[in-house]
Amino acid sequence: MEGIWGNLGIVYALLGAAAAVFLAGAGSAIGVGIAGQAASGVVAEDPNQFAKVLIMQLLPGTQGIYGLLVGFITLSKIGLLGGSLAAIDPQTGLMILAACLPIGIVGLISGKYQGMTSAAAIGIVAKKPDQFGKAMLFPAMVETYAILALLISILSVSNISVA
Amino acid sequence: MTDIRYTYAVARIRALEVSLFNKAAIDQLMACETEQQCLQFLSEKGWGDVNASLDVEAMMECEEAKIWKVMEEVAVDMSVFDVLSYPNLFHNLKAAIKEVCTETENPGIFYDDCSISGAEMLDIVRKKEFSRLPANMVAVAQEAYDTLLHTRDGQLCDVIIDKATLDAVYAAGKAAKDDIVRDYAESTVAIADIKIAVRSQKTGKSLDFMKRAMAECNSISVDQLSKAALSGADAIREYLMGTAYSEGAKALDESSSAFERWCDNRMMQTMQPQKYESFSVGPLFAYVLARENEIKTIRIILSGKQNGFSDEAIRERVREMYV
Repeated sequence: MEGIWGNLGIVYALLGAAAAVFLAGAGSAIGVGIAGQAASGVVAEDPNQFAKVLIMQLLPGTQGIYGLLVGFITLSKIGLLGGSLAAIDPQTGLMILAACLPIGIVGLISGKYQGMTSAAAIGIVAKKPDQFGKAMLFPAMVETYAILALLISILSVSNISVA
Repeated sequence: MTDIRYTYAVARIRALEVSLFNKAAIDQLMACETEQQCLQFLSEKGWGDVNASLDVEAMMECEEAKIWKVMEEVAVDMSVFDVLSYPNLFHNLKAAIKEVCTETENPGIFYDDCSISGAEMLDIVRKKEFSRLPANMVAVAQEAYDTLLHTRDGQLCDVIIDKATLDAVYAAGKAAKDDIVRDYAESTVAIADIKIAVRSQKTGKSLDFMKRAMAECNSISVDQLSKAALSGADAIREYLMGTAYSEGAKALDESSSAFERWCDNRMMQTMQPQKYESFSVGPLFAYVLARENEIKTIRIILSGKQNGFSDEAIRERVREMYV
C-alpha cells in the first residue's frame, strides 16, 4: 500500500499548494488580460497614457504572487524544498489543503473582478488623465479581499503542526 | 449585459471621446465670424483631411468616414449597427421607386454606405424583383411602387415607406440583445411619432393619415397622440406632459426650431448612461450617434454663418453635445 495511498497526506498538501498557485494565478491572468485589453485600447489612441494604464493593468497581477507565496510556504512546510519530506498523515494533509483554499478561491474571483474594475478605471484615465490617483483607488479596493484571504492562508498553513 | 469582448473597444472609444466637441468648443466655433474661420478652427481640431483644401462637404464626408473606420477597427460585431442604416436603406428604396415611376434621373440622391447601393436598388425596382430585398422591405416596396404608379401621390408613397422604416427600426430594437439598440429604437419611433403628430396638426391632416404614418411603440400611444393632434397643439402638449417626453411639450411652447432641437437632444439624453458603461457595445453605439449629432450641429452652425444668420438664431438650433 505504498505509493500514493501510503502518502495521502503529502498528496493532499501538494494539492493545496497547487490549488493556491493555479487558482490565484488563473485569476490574475484573467484580470491582467481584461485590463490589458482596455490599456491597449487607450494607448492605441493616446500613447502618452502608457505608464498610467500599465500600472492599472498590473494591479490584478498580485493575486498570482499571493498564490505563489502560499505555495512556497506550503512546500517549505512539508519539507519538499529542503529535500526531506515530512511524514504527514492524511488528516494533516487535508488541513493544509483547506488552508490553501482561501487564497486560491478568493484570488481567482478577485483577480477577475479587479481586472474588470481596472478596465473601467482605465476609462477614467483615458478621459481625465489627471484623475489617475482617484481612478487607481477603485481597483485597489478589490485587493483588500485578496490580502485578507492571503493572511488567513499564511496563518493557517504556518500554524498547522507537522511532525 | 456584461460582455468583456468590448473591453478594448470601449477603452479606445473613451480615449476618442476626449476629442468630441463639448459646449465650450461649440462656443469657440460660434465665436468665429466667418465660415472660413470656422473651417480653419475645425481643421486645427483635426477635422477633415490635412492635405485637402478647406471645403465643408469634403470635411463632413471625411468625418463621417472616420466614424465607420474606427468602428470597423474596434467593433466585434458590426451587425449591431445595422439598425442605424435602415433610414438610409429605406430612403434608397423611396428614391428608386420615385425615379422609376416618374421616369426621371436625379444623380446624387442615393446613399451608398448601406447594404443595398443606389444602383442596385434602381435595378431591383426597374425589374420589379422585390424578392431581392431584405424580408422586411419586400411587401412595402411592392405596396409603395403600386401606390405611386396608380395614384401618383408622392406623399402617400413617402408615408408608406417612412412607416415601414420606423417599423423595421422598432422590430430590430425588439429583437436586439443589447439594451442600447432597444432604447435607440424606442426613442427613434416615439420621437418620429411626436414629430408626425405636430406636423399633421399644423397642416390639418386627418386621423386616418396620422394612424397610417405613425408606428406603434411602448412609450407613446398612437391612438391617443393622433386624437390629441386632431384636437390641437394644446392637446398634444397635454398628452406629452403625461409621458416620458414632457420636455418636448415645453419645447413646443417655445418654437418650432426649439422642438426640432429637442427631438435630437432627446436621443443624446437616451445615450447618456452609456458614458458609464465599460463592458458592452453601448458606448460604441452612443459614440456613433454622438459623432453624427456633432457633425449635424457643425453643419447647422456653418450653414447659419454662410447665410448670415444671427448668433441667437444659430444658437437656438445648436444641439446638445454628448460630452
